[in-house]
Amino acid sequence: MPHGPYDIGPARPRLDALSKACGAERFSTDHYPPGMLWAGVRRAGVPHGLIREIDTARAASLPGVRRVLTRADVPGANRQGIVHKDMPVLCGSRVRHAGDPVALVVADSRDVLRRALELVRVSIDPLPAVCDVDTALAENAPLLHPEHGSNLLLAAEILKGDAEASLKKCDVILEETFFTPSQAHAFLETENGLARMDEDGVLHMTVSTQAPFRDRFEIGHALGLAPWKIRIESPFLGGGFGGKDGSTVQCLLGLAAMRLPGRWIKMWWDREESFLAGYKRHAARMEYTLGAMADGTLEALRCRLWYDSGAYAHLGGEIMELGMEHAAGPYRIGSMDCRGWCVYTNNPVAGAFRGFGVAQVSFAFEGMMDRLADRLGRDRLDLRRQNALRRGDRNCSGVTLTSSTGLDECLRRLREDELWTSRQAWKKAAPRFTRRGVGVAAVFNGMGYGRGLADNAIAKIELTPEGHFTIYSGVSDMGQGNASTYAQIAGETLCQDAGRLRVVQPDTELAHPSGSASAGRTTYTFGKALIQACELMASKLIRRAALALMIDEPGGFALVPGAVRHLPTGRELPLSALGAMLTRDDRICVAEYLMPVSREVPDTGKDFALGFPHLIFPYAAHLVRIEIDELTGAVRVCDYLAATDGGRVLNPQNFHQQIEGGVAQGLGFALMEDFATSNGQVATRDLSTYLIPTCMDLPDTRSLAVETLEHSGPFGMKGVGEVGLNGPLPAVASALSDALGGYAVRAPITPETVLHLLSAGARA
Amino acid sequence: MIIHFSVNGRDVERDVRGDERAVDIIREDLGLTGTKEGCGTGECGACAVLMNGRARLSCLTLAAQLDGAVLTTIEGLGTPDRPHPLQRAFAEHGAVQCGFCTPGMVVAAADLLARNPAPSRDDIREGLSGNLCRCTGYSRILDAVEKAGR
Repeated sequence: MPHGPYDIGPARPRLDALSKACGAERFSTDHYPPGMLWAGVRRAGVPHGLIREIDTARAASLPGVRRVLTRADVPGANRQGIVHKDMPVLCGSRVRHAGDPVALVVADSRDVLRRALELVRVSIDPLPAVCDVDTALAENAPLLHPEHGSNLLLAAEILKGDAEASLKKCDVILEETFFTPSQAHAFLETENGLARMDEDGVLHMTVSTQAPFRDRFEIGHALGLAPWKIRIESPFLGGGFGGKDGSTVQCLLGLAAMRLPGRWIKMWWDREESFLAGYKRHAARMEYTLGAMADGTLEALRCRLWYDSGAYAHLGGEIMELGMEHAAGPYRIGSMDCRGWCVYTNNPVAGAFRGFGVAQVSFAFEGMMDRLADRLGRDRLDLRRQNALRRGDRNCSGVTLTSSTGLDECLRRLREDELWTSRQAWKKAAPRFTRRGVGVAAVFNGMGYGRGLADNAIAKIELTPEGHFTIYSGVSDMGQGNASTYAQIAGETLCQDAGRLRVVQPDTELAHPSGSASAGRTTYTFGKALIQACELMASKLIRRAALALMIDEPGGFALVPGAVRHLPTGRELPLSALGAMLTRDDRICVAEYLMPVSREVPDTGKDFALGFPHLIFPYAAHLVRIEIDELTGAVRVCDYLAATDGGRVLNPQNFHQQIEGGVAQGLGFALMEDFATSNGQVATRDLSTYLIPTCMDLPDTRSLAVETLEHSGPFGMKGVGEVGLNGPLPAVASALSDALGGYAVRAPITPETVLHLLSAGARA
Repeated sequence: MIIHFSVNGRDVERDVRGDERAVDIIREDLGLTGTKEGCGTGECGACAVLMNGRARLSCLTLAAQLDGAVLTTIEGLGTPDRPHPLQRAFAEHGAVQCGFCTPGMVVAAADLLARNPAPSRDDIREGLSGNLCRCTGYSRILDAVEKAGR
């Protein structure tokens, strides 16, 4: 680490990188306390049915089995869910997807556990399964949640102006229906954790989670425990991407621990169980009608969206909300009539995933922009620039953009890049039996929770007796690097080097509630709170130093690495002296921050209890060059360029990591990832059937930072965790139509799709 | 059965069952949790260790197969105080995000560099193609191996 403060601006290696590279960092998977027991789940195996009987006797009598638990053993509401509490901890009467849990077994070893799970006899009377949104919404369809009255989780609309009237006046009207598949997060560390119920009735849990503070309430509600009798520790996650936002193992572990107090109990889903029972991206169908004028002005969008929520709600309504709020893309458009239906089916549970509802509509709105440009004979980049949102515009939900809006500059950077300017020559140079295409996409992704849910964080920093600083993070680090950025924020504000800064990962006993690691909010919200806490700390240390140095005027002091210096006299007080001098109460500073929400409340979107609308948006423009094998239909991604407006960049290394990682997952979504089910049964159960990109599949992505100033953000930043994922699918589709003339409407874009477009082109 | 092997320079004797996996011995019994498990079926590479100098997937290796082997895990390559050049390069060049694939990647890279001290970028892609990473998009991992190889 270089000499000097660990400050904002330069590319800095993360503080956790070396310990991870040496295998020294301990994830929740890495804890095996002495005397620990193993817990596992018997799952339904059928996508829909009524439980007739669960016979646990044989499993319970197996030596080494400690408990076999069923619904009858669950105290509390037995219901999990972030907003809608509709997901049982253990199913009692009905199962709604093949991965639904019906029995929980605790055993001395994994080996015994495996055998015991097979011995649990589950008799289920099958019900007809509804495995797509149309079947689920058909009249007389079997209901997953009869008490809910229909399979419709949420129907909603966002209206701006009179889209129907506007469409009648348009010079060009285009229609298309798009489909995106379910996608698995496929984090390398599958869902896991461990729990122990103490003698004093406190439930301790170490778990791979994106939302430790919310988990307490979810577990408490489901199991009838007081949330403040639950302590959650959240070490670094081995990936999350949304899939660890909401209960996975938590309530099951809590239940096991309650029934076997005093013992540590570990649960770790294997890959197949993760695919079966973990959350997924919502598959979507999107019907689009876009109206524009001959000069390229966008006039009206009518769109109808269907999101497959699977068996339970998770955040389905909120995810669809974000999709709808972004339905017309990052463009000025006169009117929009967007209606959405989020639907229960007997498929695996859909939930949060990076790009949260927006990854789907990005394919649709950018597909429409390509079609419009081609119809009008316009340059695809120019048409996007013509309509790009600028600060002061109203977006498609009718919300005025008062914060940083750098899309046009992102597009301009693509236009001047050699990958764009040389595209014609590059395409002409395609080798035999190959075609080349260059695609572009413009995307955005609202940051934070949106209106209706306090997006807050509370930061705590402590001066240690040794004169170092400990930051108590309230927001999990699932790999995005926020923990290290917190150290950087403290290093900048307090002028301290990395060696004096330590970040403690979230522990509900030590840190303060700070929301989830999600929604591109982790650095923004906690960072703002932390800056204030550090400023309080700096001001306090100066006043205390003035006392100790017997200087009656606190002006003229500055913090320097390891000390407080009085500039007029040059006298210094080491931080270690201050640390030793002050009581613990006085060595701690706490501050909080609440993300602003839009003051404008459009007269629409009223079906959303929370999350509508958003105020701050990161933007991006992506360019991809692909080569298509005419014989096999294989697509090779040759070059990728992403220009991103994330406000000011606090750490270029971290910023580009987020973009490159988002692009990688987005290219998987574009070209290969398809979480397949057949009649509610998972067809892709391992990483040899569910393919994610390897290093052979991806180009070296080039990431450009377009640094606007986000006035509200910490040091001018806004979150870019999600936006990078939204571009690759529409960009690749754009490149495909550039190369072949025909348009893809279904993701992933497989060799079959490509060959179909090739043969259709040959016929034409 | 009783097996003898060396791990990170230390001789070990263990009584193992025929169906026990090497990864479980390494992680749970020896406490070397730097070796990760991401899939259990040999597809992700997170559990790679050096066995007699070559990268091997410990989830597909039976404990009994460790008998007589010289094993080096990620902890044996280096520590935060005395990191291996690859570990240092991974940290410096931003090749680490969540870090769960990292130990397996470093092990696979160490195997590659032992056989080919100055690999081309394509050689590195080939050498790491059995290791999945879900966070980084791989470029910075390739950079790190390239830099460490020089």
